Amino acid sequence: MSEPRGLKSWLTTTDHKRIGLLYFWTAFGFFLVGGLEALVIRLQLAQPNGHVVSAETYNQLFTMHGTTMVFLALMPLAASFFNYIVPLQIGARDVAFPRLNAFSYWVFLLGGLLLNASWFTGPLFHAGTLNVAPNGGWFGYANLTERQFSPGPNIDFWLLGLQVLGISSLAAGFNFIVTILNLRAPGMKMMRLPTFTWMTLVTQFIIITAFPVITVALVFLMFDRFFGTHFYLQQAGGTPLLWQHLFWLFGHPEVYILILPAMGIVSDVLPTFSRKPLFGYPVVVYSGILIGFMGWGVWSHHMFAVGLGPIADSVFAATTMLIAVPTGVKIFNWIATLWGGDIRGTTALHFAVGFIAMFIIGGLSGVSHASPPADLQQTDTYYVVAHIHYVLFGGTIMGLFAGMYYWWPKMTGRLLSEPLGKWHFWLQLVGMNLAFFPMHFIGLLGMPRRIYTYSPDLGVTDLNLISTIGAFLVGVAILVFLYNVLRTRRRGERASNDPWGGATLEWSIPSPPPVYNFSVIPTVTNRLPRWSTDRHGPIQDPPATPPAPIHVPGGSWWPMVAALGLPLMALAPLTHTLWIVFVGAAVLLFGIYRWAFEPFEV
Amino acid sequence: MTHAAATHHTSMGLDSRKMAFWAFIGSECLLFGSLISTYLVYKGRSVVGPYPHDILNIPFTSVSTFDLLMSSLMMVLALAAVQRGDMKWGKIWLFATALLGLVFLGGQVIEFTEFVHKGLTISTNLFGCTFFVLTGTHGAHVAVGVLWLLTLGTRALQGKLGPANAMTVEITGLYWHFVDVVWIVIFTVVYLIQ
Repeated sequence: MSEPRGLKSWLTTTDHKRIGLLYFWTAFGFFLVGGLEALVIRLQLAQPNGHVVSAETYNQLFTMHGTTMVFLALMPLAASFFNYIVPLQIGARDVAFPRLNAFSYWVFLLGGLLLNASWFTGPLFHAGTLNVAPNGGWFGYANLTERQFSPGPNIDFWLLGLQVLGISSLAAGFNFIVTILNLRAPGMKMMRLPTFTWMTLVTQFIIITAFPVITVALVFLMFDRFFGTHFYLQQAGGTPLLWQHLFWLFGHPEVYILILPAMGIVSDVLPTFSRKPLFGYPVVVYSGILIGFMGWGVWSHHMFAVGLGPIADSVFAATTMLIAVPTGVKIFNWIATLWGGDIRGTTALHFAVGFIAMFIIGGLSGVSHASPPADLQQTDTYYVVAHIHYVLFGGTIMGLFAGMYYWWPKMTGRLLSEPLGKWHFWLQLVGMNLAFFPMHFIGLLGMPRRIYTYSPDLGVTDLNLISTIGAFLVGVAILVFLYNVLRTRRRGERASNDPWGGATLEWSIPSPPPVYNFSVIPTVTNRLPRWSTDRHGPIQDPPATPPAPIHVPGGSWWPMVAALGLPLMALAPLTHTLWIVFVGAAVLLFGIYRWAFEPFEV
Repeated sequence: MTHAAATHHTSMGLDSRKMAFWAFIGSECLLFGSLISTYLVYKGRSVVGPYPHDILNIPFTSVSTFDLLMSSLMMVLALAAVQRGDMKWGKIWLFATALLGLVFLGGQVIEFTEFVHKGLTISTNLFGCTFFVLTGTHGAHVAVGVLWLLTLGTRALQGKLGPANAMTVEITGLYWHFVDVVWIVIFTVVYLIQ
């Protein structure tokens, strides 16, 4: 029952905990890449008429920064917690389909590498530059992305990379829906699930419904660029608006894919450090479900400037304001959880409270552009950049860091340093506000997004310099975190099963957990199994050694082999070489067949 | 008792693979929904011909549709045979389903070739773009289904498919019926309502 070691054991692993760690480090690596891109952007904008990068490189930087952060950093960082924590929270030994889980990870890694290969592969395409990275924005608006206006391989990298990454997300989505619905320990009814697991479930439903839509949008774009179709071309009777509708029909639910996991983390962290059950647990859960549904009815608020007409604008303005209600409900529930609690000011709690505060600011600016007349002033300016960064950095990243400090001892067996953690928190909080708050003014003063420079006459020079200083302060904060991580590897305090006094099942087993997680599957009788309340005492933790042998599935090479087929197939259109697509398909099929027929007992 | 719960006991009482497949089918609905919506949005907006009424051969495609519907019937019979352990008929019906799938694909090849000869390619006009991508995506799904059915049939010939694998056949059936239902929608929207 000892843990297998060595490179092979990692390449073939189907253990949800190891896959969770692989997701974490890969995604954190991409997070650093995306962060470096942001810092170069801020250097360029630190002064008017900057000369750090050319306009062309700047376009590639903001496109890759957005694409990387959304698809390669935030989503997979959340996925690392889905992988590591969800099976532990529901009392399971693994996910429902361990090999499919490995497949999701390898597709994610290879898709991310494919996308980022565009930074170095210019010479292969005789582009005349080293970098042929995507340059059409993370939203890739047609018809700018059509072959006519973007002839190089840049957009090809983007549309193929995103199609590959979509397969990873979809496969993980099916896997986690089944895991959460079907692998719960006895007595773990749906309304006893930890809030993080609930929000994971809602997120997966949004993923499996939203990703097909962007896949279709990308397939149309691919056909337009490679096979001469006219899906987004005006002259043939088509309209570029089709792209905007399909993209935002995916893109707005995607916003909730990014924020709901963070909301779930915060809903688990706050009760632990307030020593109080989550205030209004059912309402928090129902609000999450409601957000999942309503997220589908607001996409056109990204398109107010298109001129869809007063009826469409009014309807989408109303639905957008309405979706703020379940979000607001959650915020009041979190505050009420803290109220009167026995608060312990750990780093995880700092980040959770920071999340609430920053997310409120982002939410308020969000409601301000729910109104079409206001939005027309704000759209395509830095005001929107301020909004998305308060929501996705102040919200999602803060929430994810809360999760990192909270679950680090469970995932690694050692506690991160609390004093360093607080330095990290305060530097990041001050840094992000310096970086992003001035952007509200920069935008309202008239500086557009996605333009590589600005004139000193615009009167935004000082504000931009402050913003750049703030961005570098965030960079310092991340360095403090990395130092903390390195220091903890050697000198970190060893974690007991339960360093925080948590209520949920992941704290009932050793840190890090053994391969089989639970020596005996627990039977759950209430929502806070490890706490004693007026009505019940805590359940007994599983014994340290299993009373009977436990079957643990072995590893498999085939998920990785099958995953390799997908980027191979993507190479065919990139290089305009037809036969490669057959090689890729053959590798994919070979992997799937070996996978289907190998002996593998879960 | 200490086995992992996946194959033996599930919280919802529904087989995990089957549940995953229902989720997959839900996801596929959005995929085809987006394709069909695009077809409808762009209907009648082609600026040059050939237009749908010039070129669509409803009697021919009706036969294809009937063929695909019958393949669903074969699939039902295949599952019933496997479930009751009658592997002789199980094999026959599995291969019959795959054969009717192949006939449908053959019909699609004939139809596409004829359209190209009549001057409708994927890049001719909006009708060509939306028609070929929508029906082509459906055809690709049928092809995957045929490959899957042939795999199951081969396993049955090797004696490696029996009543213990009835769930695998049932899931294949779910996929096959779904692809069939999608075709009924496409046939109605593209061919019958012009």
